[in-house]
Amino acid sequence: MIAIVFITVLVLASVAFLMGRRRAIVLAAGQPAKLHSRPNYHGMYCFLMVLLVGWGLLLVVGVGAEIAIDRMLETQVSVARPEASSVERQLIISDARALATGALASADDSLRQSVSERFARFVMWRNWAISLLVLGGALVAAALCLRRISVSFRARNRAESMLRKMLAAMALIAVLTTVGIVLSLVFETFGFFRDIGWRVDKFLFGLNWSPLSGVMDGQLDPDRVGAVPLFAGTFLITLIAMFVAVPVGLFAAIYLSDFASSRARAIVKPMLELLAGIPTVVYGFFAALTVAPALRNTGETLGLTVASESALVAGVVMGIMIIPFISSLSDDVINAVPQALRDGSYGLGATRAETIRQVVLPAALPGIVSAVLLGMSRAIGETMIVVMAAGQGPNLTANPLAAVTTVTVQIVSLITGDTEASTAAGPAFALGFTLFCITLLMNVFAQKIVHRFREAYD
Amino acid sequence: MNEIRDVTALKDTKKVKISAQNVQVYYGDNHAIRDVNVDIDDKTVTAFIGPSGCGKSTFLRCLNRMNDTIDICRVTGTILMDGRDIYAPDVDPVLLRARVGMVFQKPNPFPKSIFDNVAYGPRIHGLAANKAELEHIVEKSLKRAALWDEVKDRLSASGTGLSGGQQQRLCIARAIATSPEVLLMDEPASALDPIATAQIEELIDELRSKFSVVIVTHSMQQAARVSQKTAFFHLGSLVEYGETGQIFTNPQDPRTESYITGRIG
Repeated sequence: MIAIVFITVLVLASVAFLMGRRRAIVLAAGQPAKLHSRPNYHGMYCFLMVLLVGWGLLLVVGVGAEIAIDRMLETQVSVARPEASSVERQLIISDARALATGALASADDSLRQSVSERFARFVMWRNWAISLLVLGGALVAAALCLRRISVSFRARNRAESMLRKMLAAMALIAVLTTVGIVLSLVFETFGFFRDIGWRVDKFLFGLNWSPLSGVMDGQLDPDRVGAVPLFAGTFLITLIAMFVAVPVGLFAAIYLSDFASSRARAIVKPMLELLAGIPTVVYGFFAALTVAPALRNTGETLGLTVASESALVAGVVMGIMIIPFISSLSDDVINAVPQALRDGSYGLGATRAETIRQVVLPAALPGIVSAVLLGMSRAIGETMIVVMAAGQGPNLTANPLAAVTTVTVQIVSLITGDTEASTAAGPAFALGFTLFCITLLMNVFAQKIVHRFREAYD
Repeated sequence: MNEIRDVTALKDTKKVKISAQNVQVYYGDNHAIRDVNVDIDDKTVTAFIGPSGCGKSTFLRCLNRMNDTIDICRVTGTILMDGRDIYAPDVDPVLLRARVGMVFQKPNPFPKSIFDNVAYGPRIHGLAANKAELEHIVEKSLKRAALWDEVKDRLSASGTGLSGGQQQRLCIARAIATSPEVLLMDEPASALDPIATAQIEELIDELRSKFSVVIVTHSMQQAARVSQKTAFFHLGSLVEYGETGQIFTNPQDPRTESYITGRIG
């Protein structure tokens, strides 16, 4: 029903567009240059006004009606069953709703029956009210707009300012979402720190991580929430990943931009970018099922003990995953170095290698640094590969052949574990917030570096 | 002044530095340069003039094999420098370019310090045994490019921070720091204002004492001011080549005359 009203408003707005344009043309009386705005702008003005009024009313009336219905049903249930708990009351209401929409076949309970009947009646009223108000409002808006059209009416300015405001609103949605996420992280993290008695130091510098062991009454033990092993694991794996990804990605980019023939480039570049299209879950089981056993066997022949889940496996596979990011971004910035600089160097008798090392790479450095830092942020936040290949045990070690765990792995196991969500959420939010702060700092740092080099080179 | 210059030019023209015979250049299927035969004298400024797209820059880039860096470009014919074919298989284009310096249309200093810009060529070719020698080369080159007085106090400042005219003189200093025998200039003043242009032209005239200079220019006045010999290119062919004074006052080919008087181009 609401979908039909929604679409009807759109149709009405389109009709208003055509009528507005028509009216402007008629008013111009064969001299279109007399109009302040082109006829299309008059149409656009009518279209936007009808759309705004129609959809705006739909939103307001729809939400208002929903709240009103909820209130009335709740009053009815609490009058009929004053002794029931609030959970039970909610259950009755949701059953009644399901009954009314046919999702629940039948109920033997007379209260549920009567609530359901009342709900169905309310919904019918609500639909009528929405249809009448919204369509009526849209029609009135259309009529008012059409009346305002005249030769000197500044429809273009109005339509454009409305469009500008709509664009700003869309941008605002993105910003508000970010702010909302950050605020929720901050509040939940505060809650967690309150639960461990403000022992933030224990969280940041503690070496023992097992936040949920022995937690029966929802009380967390500050001595068991030391996050250092997790961050150490994350950084170890990130370091290994960057050792794989930076040389391979950078050299691939140099080959592609300055050495490859156009035919080789046409084949190699899409293949590299295909790597970026592989879902991380595929990388994950590739690491766990293919790379890990191979590495363990190699290790055994060399006389090394390699854990079946190890930082090395996760790091190497994560490095492979990041190669296309670094190569593709570096390729772009290396290509952006002006040909004039290369020509200048060749013209002095420099070889390709000398030109790249001494002229192209220094000029492209800011871009390469930001590509590397971007790859690093991805490595730090990457989850799927480490969940499958890095291990679960919070093990503080610098040995890449041992199993380690990461921040993201622990968040996954906290949230998907069978501990009550309200208890498990605290540590998870604290970890997430810390991770967020680290990535944020890294991005700020990257921006600073890029900025400094850019000043020196332009 | 032109007369005096002509006399000196005549005295110096005994030796041919570069001799091009029957040169053809193809860009893919496009025949860009047809049958060019030209002898470029040592210690002389030779100007290449002609309308846009006539192939004068393309031919210039054949002289230091810069066209090798373009995949689809193919050069045939013979170009001799001091009697040796520069397209012979045993010639390394990298070493050739150290002997034939090039200055481009747009100033293209490297994003490095002024000192490092000039020291770039000497460093990669190992021309200086120690730091003092390198400093000496840099100072000499900057002085010869008439830039030393303006930058001697800020040799460590970035080369890209100079004005357009200073940047172009820096590029000239960079090119002469490798002590080339020939200096190729592809419209070196077209991106500069009149004052900077005058400085560059004055500089070109001085460079003639040490190098053979070949300059591509759009400005006929510039060609008349700085060169002793002028070659007129049209639609990929060399139409006329001779003493600058003669080309501008008494052209033999009707196409040259039309171009000089502004009827084609």
